[in-house]
Amino acid sequence: MKSITYFPGCTHQTNGRNMESSGKAVLETLGYQLEEMPEWICCGTVFGLSEDDLFHQLAPIRNLARVEKAGDEKLVTMCAMCYNTLGRANLLVRKDEVALEALNRFMDDEPDYHGRVDVVHLTQFLKDEVGLDKISSKVKRPLEGLKVMPYYGCLLLRPEEVSIDSMEDPTIICNILEAVGIKSIKGSHISQCCGSYHTVDKKEAVARRSSEIISSARKKGADMIALACPLCEFNLDDRQRLLSKNGMPVLYFTELLAIAFGLEDSCDFDEHYVDPRPLLREKGLLGGSNGQE
Amino acid sequence: MGKNKISVYIMGKEHRVPEGLTIMKALEYAGYRLVRGCGCRAGFCGACATIYRKKGDYKLYTALACQTTAESGMYLTQLPFIPANKSEYDIEKIKAGPNTILSIYPEVARCVACNTCTKACPQDIQVMDYIQAVKRGDITRAAELSFNCLQCGLCTARCPSEIKHYHVAQLARRLHGRYLATKSEPLSKRNRELEEGCFENEIDEMIELKPEDLKKRYFEREIKVSE
Repeated sequence: MKSITYFPGCTHQTNGRNMESSGKAVLETLGYQLEEMPEWICCGTVFGLSEDDLFHQLAPIRNLARVEKAGDEKLVTMCAMCYNTLGRANLLVRKDEVALEALNRFMDDEPDYHGRVDVVHLTQFLKDEVGLDKISSKVKRPLEGLKVMPYYGCLLLRPEEVSIDSMEDPTIICNILEAVGIKSIKGSHISQCCGSYHTVDKKEAVARRSSEIISSARKKGADMIALACPLCEFNLDDRQRLLSKNGMPVLYFTELLAIAFGLEDSCDFDEHYVDPRPLLREKGLLGGSNGQE
Repeated sequence: MGKNKISVYIMGKEHRVPEGLTIMKALEYAGYRLVRGCGCRAGFCGACATIYRKKGDYKLYTALACQTTAESGMYLTQLPFIPANKSEYDIEKIKAGPNTILSIYPEVARCVACNTCTKACPQDIQVMDYIQAVKRGDITRAAELSFNCLQCGLCTARCPSEIKHYHVAQLARRLHGRYLATKSEPLSKRNRELEEGCFENEIDEMIELKPEDLKKRYFEREIKVSE
């Protein structure tokens, strides 16, 4: 079992547990153990765009400094937002020596950061390090007959400097899903914004975004949407309760891998507003305690 | 008390005090009578928060006056009281959820992890890390990390995000104790026994004992260690 240094982020251990629990189970089957980095702190939530405001880069850079101090050179994260914030802060200080020096001087007697840590998203790790063939080799129940539209949202693709794949025509999640037998469907709205934090004060506006994205998936004949971001998951799944036409299951792509590996007990399907179990049972894809009505 | 004298500056005025005194004793030696900003004198109450600077040093230091030796060239200021709003809540009516503390102290979300609070803590607590634990919904970690807090308030005085760290930490420990910590069964059992008055006869009997008989009993007592 190889160990990987892992940045959990706040959401996957509180309000969006399914991605972490299923992702952990899947990685263990593939021979990788997630080890939480020492005393992690909030990633910073949103990357600070103001060039002279280094204060808001302290949170991501301090995390990376702690990883570097522990002797690691790679930090894997599952959350799209953490990936984006940590990744962009990392690029900022790699490009701007003066900014890095200012941050290190501010951190004073704490360990300096030298820009040596790579921030990696789980999708990249699965594709580049684990390999799609290895994923295929662990499949116990190929998810054939399931038509899934991968949805990327913004943070995994934009800006280009941190994009996990082609910004215009991403295929990385499709490739991973196809490795477990899923027929992935290309939709027209896969990289549009889900409405993000407007969900706090403009629920209806976000529900309209969700409605558009879900209809685009439906038009292409998708049974389900798969994604890799806890905020997109909330907006596309939970905000369906505000829509008259709802019922499109939205899962983390790791949950689908878990089902294909026979690890569906690592998912708590009750956490999703739209229950994916009726569809999965209809297709005969659910075993274990989730298999029964 | 040392024979040598050193110079300390109290609110800007130079005083010669003997070497080796605590900051608190140095203040008293210089003639100040402490009616606020002084409590247990033993490093437990957190009342004697002190800010100081050393001559020629760029850093602002913090200390508990009763626990820190006065050094030559210290510029001292006592903070007898740190005004920090405390939210009201009923521990029985709230739950230990991931957003509970954030809803009671929403300013926690403004933490940018600058770590100024940690640097200000005279107890060497990882203050920023417990605030971050609260932010990510890990109440137990916040309770553990903040366990040695004396509530002197220096973190709160220094925070650029206006967080009331020590009140936040107290809420984390209360939630942890009320809802999350493993309950001690022997303690609950003993509390029930006390409420039921199981030991009242024994206590009445002891009250009547002569001091020498009481001492004899004390020294001859058997201590049973439960499994």
